[in-house]
Amino acid sequence: MDPLEQIKITFFQECQELLADLEAGLMALEAGEADEDTINAVFRAVHSVKGGAGAFGMEDLVQFAHVFETTLDDTRAGRLDADDHVIKVMLRASDMLADLVTAAQGDGAADLARAEVIAQELAALGHTPTGADAEPESDIPGLDFTPLPAFVAEAASAIDEPIADELGFTPMRVILDEPPAPPAGRGWRIQLTPAADMYAKANDVTPLLRELERLGPCLTSLDAAGVPNLTALDAEGAYLSWTVELAADVARDQVAEAFEFVEGDCVLSIEPLDTPPAVAIEAPLDLEALLAEARAPVPPTPEDEIQAVIDEVVPAIPVNVSPPPVAASPLAASPAAQATADASGASTAQATIRVDLERVDRLINLVGELVINQAMLTQRVAESGIARSSNVSVGLDELEQLTREIQDSVMAIRAQPVKSVFQRIPRLVREIAASTGKQVRLVTEGEGTEVDKTVIERLSDPITHMIRNAIDHGLESTAKRLEAGKPEEGVVKLAALHRSGRIVIEVSDDGAGINRSRVRQIAIDKGLIDPEAALTDDEVDNLIFLPGFSTAATVSNISGRGVGMDVVRRSIQALGGRISISSTPGKGSTFTMSLPLTLAVLDGMVVSVGEQTLVTPLTAIIETLQPKAADVRTLGPTSRVIAVRDAYVPLIDIGAVLGWRTEAPDPCEGVCLLVENEGGGRAALLVDAIQGQRQVVIKSLEANYQQVAGIAAATILGDGRVALILDVDAVIAMRGKAANPVSTLALAS
Amino acid sequence: MSLTVLTVDDSRTMRDMLMLALKDAGFDVVQAVDGVHGLEVLDQSSPQVIITDINMPRMDGFGFIEGVRRDNRHRGVPILVLTTESDPSKKDRARQAGATGWIVKPFSPAKLVEAIRRVAA
Repeated sequence: MDPLEQIKITFFQECQELLADLEAGLMALEAGEADEDTINAVFRAVHSVKGGAGAFGMEDLVQFAHVFETTLDDTRAGRLDADDHVIKVMLRASDMLADLVTAAQGDGAADLARAEVIAQELAALGHTPTGADAEPESDIPGLDFTPLPAFVAEAASAIDEPIADELGFTPMRVILDEPPAPPAGRGWRIQLTPAADMYAKANDVTPLLRELERLGPCLTSLDAAGVPNLTALDAEGAYLSWTVELAADVARDQVAEAFEFVEGDCVLSIEPLDTPPAVAIEAPLDLEALLAEARAPVPPTPEDEIQAVIDEVVPAIPVNVSPPPVAASPLAASPAAQATADASGASTAQATIRVDLERVDRLINLVGELVINQAMLTQRVAESGIARSSNVSVGLDELEQLTREIQDSVMAIRAQPVKSVFQRIPRLVREIAASTGKQVRLVTEGEGTEVDKTVIERLSDPITHMIRNAIDHGLESTAKRLEAGKPEEGVVKLAALHRSGRIVIEVSDDGAGINRSRVRQIAIDKGLIDPEAALTDDEVDNLIFLPGFSTAATVSNISGRGVGMDVVRRSIQALGGRISISSTPGKGSTFTMSLPLTLAVLDGMVVSVGEQTLVTPLTAIIETLQPKAADVRTLGPTSRVIAVRDAYVPLIDIGAVLGWRTEAPDPCEGVCLLVENEGGGRAALLVDAIQGQRQVVIKSLEANYQQVAGIAAATILGDGRVALILDVDAVIAMRGKAANPVSTLALAS
Repeated sequence: MSLTVLTVDDSRTMRDMLMLALKDAGFDVVQAVDGVHGLEVLDQSSPQVIITDINMPRMDGFGFIEGVRRDNRHRGVPILVLTTESDPSKKDRARQAGATGWIVKPFSPAKLVEAIRRVAA
């Protein structure tokens, strides 16, 4: 890829981070929790978007960012109070900026008219005009360097009349170049006398002379007459002057450009060559003083020391010299000390590299193969009868440990904080709040919680859906809240945390909670439950996840929830997750999603059914049972239930559901896996035997074969056989329906 | 021996752009993400030229420049500041802090190299 295109991709990635920072900062401002750092961070975010956009010539983005930045700069400088109105406008501007970024990325067009309106609103906040010609007020006085005429005069006169001083420094004209042919007609005489400041800023005369030489032949002379006697010499002082006669027919501006960086830090004159050298102003010589100085006893100075001083002064670069006294003040030094203290933290935090996702995925796949291979090797060694205590077995144990660690580490590479999903939510909340007329405060927790990138990408839609629901249906109207004695502002909380090897996402609100009688009535009306059914509160709450429970039209008027919750549940299930709800009338509801940290491996229970080996996800299994004949009841011709403590749950023969056998086996000779589906419904799955628990590498069945009802994926076992991974929910749903025979599927290899 | 340039910028985009332009011009490049980090990298890599942004977290460009100029070992290193056209006051303040020169954003690789040539001893 063109490296610039690559940087563009980086830019858009960075924009997302900056926009998130911007939004977070503005929210903090809104909540009154902002300090100076927050305002700076907000400013920086817009500034950086503008900078990058400028580099890629994204004009719409640059212009809008510029206006925004200008207003933020006013806030930063204390010229504009960040009151509620200001922040509201800025939040709108931040949304607009996000739209413009998206448009610049090529995903649709931004509403430029709206951008213009917001830009004007922004401009109206401050007192700065819009447009690129806006000149932020300068609160810093310009450089105030006053040339010292006497010094120049001395220097200039000394060129022509070298006078030896008492130390024996004889100023001389140094010809640095072979004298070029006399300037043919036109050219420039440049006189340069650097001030100490010029050197202090690490500017040097050499590059300047080099620049001039690029313009044409130069006759350069150095005037060292300004060098004082040793006792008066400041190692960091500036004592030298240069005169350059440039024989080139170039514009004055071109010559001046070379001195762009040193303007103000030197005395500079650029005169046409055909005019006589600037007439030196004869400074009246104080003869008395000169004589007094000459008579003063001069300490004997060894010649080599003088030479050392000259060596040091002539290049005039302050190297290896002690710091000037001003810098030694503790006040001035403290930030540097602080910097050093902070620095170690910085380097560790920033030690990151970016790698193509493809490469990571390839690595993950290879590690998956390694895990399978290692398992096969272990099994073959075990089968060969080699003693557990043998060196080979011990070595294999270590290999297994190592393989597992490699696998964990590789998985960790794909892990990312959920922040990228969370950061899109505040805008969503603002938009829904605005369209529903409710006041909503979003609280987020656990943004740094890490989970596999694939999981993150697929979390966005369900979370969006649940947040929408929480505001639209969970929170009451402002009037109702006030009636109920609640604060006007509703709170929606989005939290992420790790719990027993899974990631848990919670969306809660402090609304009215689920209207259970209403939900129950709807379920009865739609024929989803029996009118006489005795359901616990939890069971009623979870009815909203049933397919066919709701459509937007029927629930948008009730104070419960339910818009497409079955859709949410399905997408969570597709990720190997589950979702549940708990609700307290009058206090609010909490949706809890639990998802695997990765989609690449699975902890499973390996079981035998008929001739086949199946893997059941461990997360679905509540417990395993040894059925007793007395606990099993037959209902109708085919249905059976089993008593599990005080309740009956359906008994499902896996072999029958998958079409592997028609004759129902005796439950007492098998084992039951008590499983729970995502809706909280339970079932006992009858299998022949349990082989054990193990972590398996998931291989897509769809990618390698085709979708099979009741089967989620496949894996390869230690002995090299392919085993199918059971889709527990699907199996429960398939109960009683005509099973899709999979006997044609080639299983054991 | 090629010249080592230290770039200090909190924007990854800007760092990447500088890296691309400087590498193409044959410079060695070391990077830092803010002023604090910059002072640390400076100590480790002793660059011959520094290019720094102004607006950065933790320690901005002004603080960084002042820090370099206070550092006995490195205060002679030329520092170029990345500035935007629209804010001349930033340039002045950077110069007061001890900046050697400046590069106006958005910059072309040619402008960048020219600015470096102008300050590199």
